[in-house]
Amino acid sequence: MVMATKWFGAALACAAMAAFASTAAAKTQITVYTALENEQLKPYKEAFEKANPDIEIVWVRDSTGVITARLLAEKANPKADAVIGLAVTSLILFDNQGMIERYAPKGVEALKPGFRDAANPPAWIGMDAYMSAICFNTVEAQKKNLPKPASWKDVLKPEYKGQVVMPNPASSGTGFLSVSGWLQSMGEADAWKYMDGLHENVAVYTHSGSAPCVQAARGEYVLGISFEYRAAQEKTKGAPIEVILPTEGVGWDLEAAAIHKGTKNLAAAKKLMDWLASKEANMVFNNFFGVVAYPGVTKEVPNYPKDAEAKMIKNDFAFSAKNRDAILAEWTKRYDGKSAPRR
Amino acid sequence: MSAVAGGGERLAVDRDGWITRAAIVAIAALLFLALVAPLWSILSQSFEDRSGAFAGLANYARFFATPALSYSILNSVLVAGVTTLIVIPLAFVYAYALTRTMVPGKALLTGVALVPILAPSMLPAIALVYLFGNQGMIRGLLLGESIYGPIGIVIGEAFYCFPHALLILVTALSLADARLYEAAAALGTGRRRVFLTITLPSAKYGLVSASFVVFTLVVTDFGIPVVIGGRFNVLATDVYKQVMGQQNFQMGAVVAMLLIVPALASFVVDRLVQRRQVALLGARSVPLEPRAKPALDLAMLAFCAAVGTVILGILATAVFASLVKLWPYNLSLTLANYVFEDFDSDGWRSYWNSLRMAAYTAVCGTAVVFAGAYLVEKGKGFAAGRQVLHLIAMVPLAVPGLVLGLAYVFFFNAPGNPLGFLYGTMALLVVCTVAHFYTVAHLTATTALKQLDPEFETVSASLKVPFYRTFWRVTVPVCLPAIVNIAIYLFVNAMTTVSAIIFIYTAQTKLASVAIVNMNDSGAIAAAAAMAVLVTATSATVKLAEALLSRLLLWRTQAWRRR
Repeated sequence: MVMATKWFGAALACAAMAAFASTAAAKTQITVYTALENEQLKPYKEAFEKANPDIEIVWVRDSTGVITARLLAEKANPKADAVIGLAVTSLILFDNQGMIERYAPKGVEALKPGFRDAANPPAWIGMDAYMSAICFNTVEAQKKNLPKPASWKDVLKPEYKGQVVMPNPASSGTGFLSVSGWLQSMGEADAWKYMDGLHENVAVYTHSGSAPCVQAARGEYVLGISFEYRAAQEKTKGAPIEVILPTEGVGWDLEAAAIHKGTKNLAAAKKLMDWLASKEANMVFNNFFGVVAYPGVTKEVPNYPKDAEAKMIKNDFAFSAKNRDAILAEWTKRYDGKSAPRR
Repeated sequence: MSAVAGGGERLAVDRDGWITRAAIVAIAALLFLALVAPLWSILSQSFEDRSGAFAGLANYARFFATPALSYSILNSVLVAGVTTLIVIPLAFVYAYALTRTMVPGKALLTGVALVPILAPSMLPAIALVYLFGNQGMIRGLLLGESIYGPIGIVIGEAFYCFPHALLILVTALSLADARLYEAAAALGTGRRRVFLTITLPSAKYGLVSASFVVFTLVVTDFGIPVVIGGRFNVLATDVYKQVMGQQNFQMGAVVAMLLIVPALASFVVDRLVQRRQVALLGARSVPLEPRAKPALDLAMLAFCAAVGTVILGILATAVFASLVKLWPYNLSLTLANYVFEDFDSDGWRSYWNSLRMAAYTAVCGTAVVFAGAYLVEKGKGFAAGRQVLHLIAMVPLAVPGLVLGLAYVFFFNAPGNPLGFLYGTMALLVVCTVAHFYTVAHLTATTALKQLDPEFETVSASLKVPFYRTFWRVTVPVCLPAIVNIAIYLFVNAMTTVSAIIFIYTAQTKLASVAIVNMNDSGAIAAAAAMAVLVTATSATVKLAEALLSRLLLWRTQAWRRR
């Protein structure tokens, strides 16, 4: 029997080991779903935890589309305490589905009016704005003798065939804000016609919104439709790219934050929202983004496009939020389906 | 249990019998929960609509009515077919060289050919981007074709599948009856004819089995198409896109069911083939000893060296990619790509998670697998239970990782499942990985146990030693080399696998292989290469340690084999 007990003991040890693997430390951990860029996670987390030493952020990060779909899927059995750094169009969608715990963070009145939900208490608060931009590899363009595009229309030129890369709007927030920007600024019929033409030149639709710019920076493709922040970052790292905000104006979105309804860590989530609305937090955002929610926080970001605020189109978030599903279904039908064998 | 035995003895036998039964039932129940129940829930899910109501074949109808999705079937079959046609001849010649000729350096050639097993499948794809991408070092060789798409997938899969085909073909070609060749030589049969009428037919089951294995591996692999597929959609990436991108679980379940088809076919063929393969060699067969034929040996050496160079070249490219600062503009070397914190939110943590997960899998998995195999092979009585356990142990071979992972989401995340607390834990990753790789480990264990004389159990029973003491004092030490082998097999696979766990990892349990996919998705391909190299180096280290350890063990515990 001794041996049997020994084996039983070993089995128990195995089970205990597995259980131990899932336990965690003593601080209050809040699970924060986010689509922030990877390099922002650490500074944001460190700054917040320094101000709130009793709380620890655990990130769940993916592309905008994936995080949005995941939160919708988990609606009945939510895992997230808060959602930050996600496109405001997604948060409006969640609010319409009753998934948001409304809360007015300390000092929310100080934020720019366009950067917080008009309702009181607000469902969401903005953090920063981000917009579509073209990353154009000058070295490869010269080798291939390609002109620099100035407008969205220019990108349709046949000489760019196979040289354009853009994010898939179903998974990437950047992809979606570009598409929604075209739909709003060109009108629906013309915008779909535009995208039909663009499809002829696109070599690949990527999963993430950063990838097109990174690939253009590496010269894998000449022209990446991405967003201005990633473009500035890549250029600062020394990539031979130019950041282009096309003349027709660019689609944009707010990165915003909200508390998930039903969170078991409401107090900690509120503290996170208080911090996000503070000037200190916005100064951290400003290390990456040129346009942030707190007025007067305008430190210059290296290589950030100068005319950014002027190029932002008149944006109707309600339109994007309401039509998100329909737009993505149409896009997928038109372009995802054509990705069959192709030389 | 014998009814005529005396009272005291019957008690002992009874107790043994009951412990055996309880253990068999326990392990079978474990496998049922880790395998059968999740698979059932994915199957039923494919017949339900989004709200969970029964929808009949509606999902399947929608799948075949969506050209984007049904096209993927053709694409998957195409790349799998072409890869099989390329890999099988290459692996056959390589295996022929290793078994039927006297090429020098067989140990080295075998080792090099097995390198791809140690790498996550994303590694060859990343290397191909550096070799043949739009900025690739030798992209001219593609004559203007793009590597993103079928060409890239086929080359990557060929690298990934080669060792799997090779191992099967080496086994097939090792079984040869020298008497047939002597007879042929005596009759003056030409070399070509000998090859076509003796060698090829004797290896035909191996060839069939290897073809099915390669075909299945390609159809169900996710890592290569996700990196280099471009706009060429295949089934494996469709599951991922449907489920992760659009959270359309029902459609994901439909595609998963389709992925099971080739795996199931390959499983059935393999069973049939194994049954016949045994009958090939009779008791009077004489093993074939290859003889030196300088011209042939030299040609074979050249061939093997060429294949080995390609394999090592791809590996070296990945290492190089991980060390270059900014390809292709700044070629200075750096370790910056290994500072994973700069590219991925979890940084090095996902690597440590992988190490822990692999270690738990190796330890717990080996214990369960070996105990289960022992009960199946050496247990007394309860034949039905042992049969069922053996049958369930075979199931994982027919289940692709993507399907298993998705099945876990359906089963363990279902509201109301009392096991739901496991969802999102490291424990579930371990359970899933053990289940995923159960069959090969189980077969290794049963093979080792079959070599042991059943007298051990008979003698200990008559000496009234409980079976578990015999197990612990005799069976385990004698089988130690096989046990180590199983542990290493589980460890290496747990390090490199991505297909099953991509669906069930969470923020706290992200693994290195998932980090590779994520970093590549966001464009950080050099960091993805670095992580892939790190994983490969880890499995290689463990594998080398095993080689040393097993040599030591053989010497210490296998003295009984020597005469």
